[in-house]
Amino acid sequence: MADNMKKLKTLIAALLFAPALALAAGADVRLDRAPINENDQASLQRGARHFVNYCLNCHSANYMRYNRLQDIGLTDQQILDNLVFTGVKVGDLMRVAMDQKDAKEWFGAAPPDLTVIARSRASHAGSGADWLYSYLRGFYRDAERPTGWNNTVYPNVGMPHVLWELQGEQVLAERKVQAAGYEKTEHVLKLDKPGKLSAVEYDQMVADLVNYMVFMGEPVRNDRKIIGLFVLLALGLLFVVTYALKKEYWKDVH
Amino acid sequence: MAATPKEPVQFRGAGPLNAPISDALTWVDQRFPLMSLWRDHLSQYYAPKNFNFWYFFGSLAMLVLVIQIVTGIFLVMHYKPSAAEAFASVEYIMRDVPGGWFIRYMHSTGASAFFIVVYLHMFRGLMYGSYRQPRELIWIFGMLIYLCLMAEAFFGYLLPWGQMSFWGAQVIVNLFGAIPVIGSDLVDWIRGDFVVSDATLNRFFAFHVIALPLVLLGLVAAHIMALHEVGSNNPDGVEIKKNKDAQGRPLDGIPFHPYYTVKDIVGVVVFLFLFFLVVFFMPEMGGYFLEFNNFIPADPLKTPPHIAPVWYFTPYYSILRAITEEFMLVLAIGVAAYVVLIWLTARDTRIKLAAAAIGLVVVVLMKGGPLALDAKVWGVAMMGAATLIFFVLPWLDRSPVKSIRYKGTLFRTALTIFVITFIVLGYYGVQTVTPVGTVISQIGTLLYFAFFLLMPWYSVMDKTKPEPDRVTM
Repeated sequence: MADNMKKLKTLIAALLFAPALALAAGADVRLDRAPINENDQASLQRGARHFVNYCLNCHSANYMRYNRLQDIGLTDQQILDNLVFTGVKVGDLMRVAMDQKDAKEWFGAAPPDLTVIARSRASHAGSGADWLYSYLRGFYRDAERPTGWNNTVYPNVGMPHVLWELQGEQVLAERKVQAAGYEKTEHVLKLDKPGKLSAVEYDQMVADLVNYMVFMGEPVRNDRKIIGLFVLLALGLLFVVTYALKKEYWKDVH
Repeated sequence: MAATPKEPVQFRGAGPLNAPISDALTWVDQRFPLMSLWRDHLSQYYAPKNFNFWYFFGSLAMLVLVIQIVTGIFLVMHYKPSAAEAFASVEYIMRDVPGGWFIRYMHSTGASAFFIVVYLHMFRGLMYGSYRQPRELIWIFGMLIYLCLMAEAFFGYLLPWGQMSFWGAQVIVNLFGAIPVIGSDLVDWIRGDFVVSDATLNRFFAFHVIALPLVLLGLVAAHIMALHEVGSNNPDGVEIKKNKDAQGRPLDGIPFHPYYTVKDIVGVVVFLFLFFLVVFFMPEMGGYFLEFNNFIPADPLKTPPHIAPVWYFTPYYSILRAITEEFMLVLAIGVAAYVVLIWLTARDTRIKLAAAAIGLVVVVLMKGGPLALDAKVWGVAMMGAATLIFFVLPWLDRSPVKSIRYKGTLFRTALTIFVITFIVLGYYGVQTVTPVGTVISQIGTLLYFAFFLLMPWYSVMDKTKPEPDRVTM
């Protein structure tokens, strides 16, 4: 009886602390800087193609309309011909047919909507783009996970490695390194079986995809900066005028 | 009573429209006190001529209030106050409503800007003794505005229905659960449900867009009416009404319009430059104005690892978290020491006895074994006290002078420590709890209250300089 209680307590403790440990590990991971350029339309267009091909089957982008892709230099016809596979109208939202309940059963958690994922993943460790870039390059083989995959950035994630055919299979290797006066073990990702793309090509592809997801998070981003410049310029001029007016009125206040 | 015909309005200026405008103004003025309002509050409201940088923030607070109301009206046109639709409707505003992103970023930046401006406005009051007699009511109305603003910000933060909205509201509403006996029923009553839900969102929306803005506008009107009744303070803290010319105009005063209107417009332009710098180039402000987690829709089943309120609440949040079970002993000793201080220095025996009686009750409730209240209750009480203690400031400051310019080292040091404490508490309020952070927050809590509670002593002991007769430029 007492033994059972002890086991139960251990189990409860394990259940309570497991997520905390996972999160702690997630918080400590070093993120790679995403090499993205939000003004590179070719990269954004490639990213949009990767997004509809690989992501938009399980993940929705429920707040994003297909025709917003005009902002990255595509025409409605180009969007319909190349990026819309579900027969919806070009002004429709990027929805998916997968049922949330089914998804939860299959993966343990429903795949999150990706419209603003790049904004939500930002933290003091790095931008949302850095997180996504590191995450999509951080999958490795793990026989203990139901999907067979695990991730260095998001430990025990429910998502399998969708891009494995392109990247190949990574494993988590141990490496001994000399720290200040003692030896410590580091975990590093190692490519075990190469995929269709070389490491450089895969990184570039992920960068394009992340670039697109950053755009999708806030399509107005580039425009607002341009408008902002004009607003600040106008206020700068207004300052000169109002300051001169104030000087003029105040010259006889002593 | 028969209406007495009023004098025709004196309208000076050249131009073909001169006569029609003058006639129209006279017509209005015989029915509504337009020109006398204009004179009393603008063209013949005499303000001290020596206002400095710190005097921009009153008019800027008014500007931000207007920005918040106008952008708020446009947001409400598209926002859906429903748990199922709120998050999506905000993204709809950001993407599909023309200019919606601009309106939304102005409103979200405006919330933080409001607190920055109001904190600087309050700091001005602390520096120049603007709370002192005869301006106690201006200060009290101002503090009510501040409380109202905190409530307004809190209710508004739930509306985007992101993770931080949801869990922030959950944490803050649960604080009321600390109140003995009625706590848990009260919390259900506030939420309208057993968790933060659609019902909560709807009532918070009602408070945010109708109830509190109405109260806020009323209080702002009262704040300005009280100000214009007694006249503005100034960086020297001397009364300009003591020295008047033959017409009864203060010698050191200048009409608010045009002098301070043209000056405040310069302040407005500089403020808007900084404001739009944030709106257009860094609307998230590194996660402080728009928290990253709030781009995830509210999920009642997934608690975020780290819940922190928005930056403007964090000094108080730090005080809340600083009150731990171990800290209660320190607090009880602090209360006892304060009673001893009153006992030794007060002249009136009744005050001595009252202080001793109240002190005894407080100490028993803090550390009196079975009679003691939970540390959580004290945390909430101390957080509340930290905001409310500002109200009694006019009666705590017993210095013979108002302005920091003529106060001595003691007050200057106390105010400097207070400001540093406020910032440090704010910093630790956004961090996760660490042992060092907790100790620093506890020291900060003691210093925060010491600034106020010890003021009756140090403001008298302080070596002040004599005030000048007239203001200095």
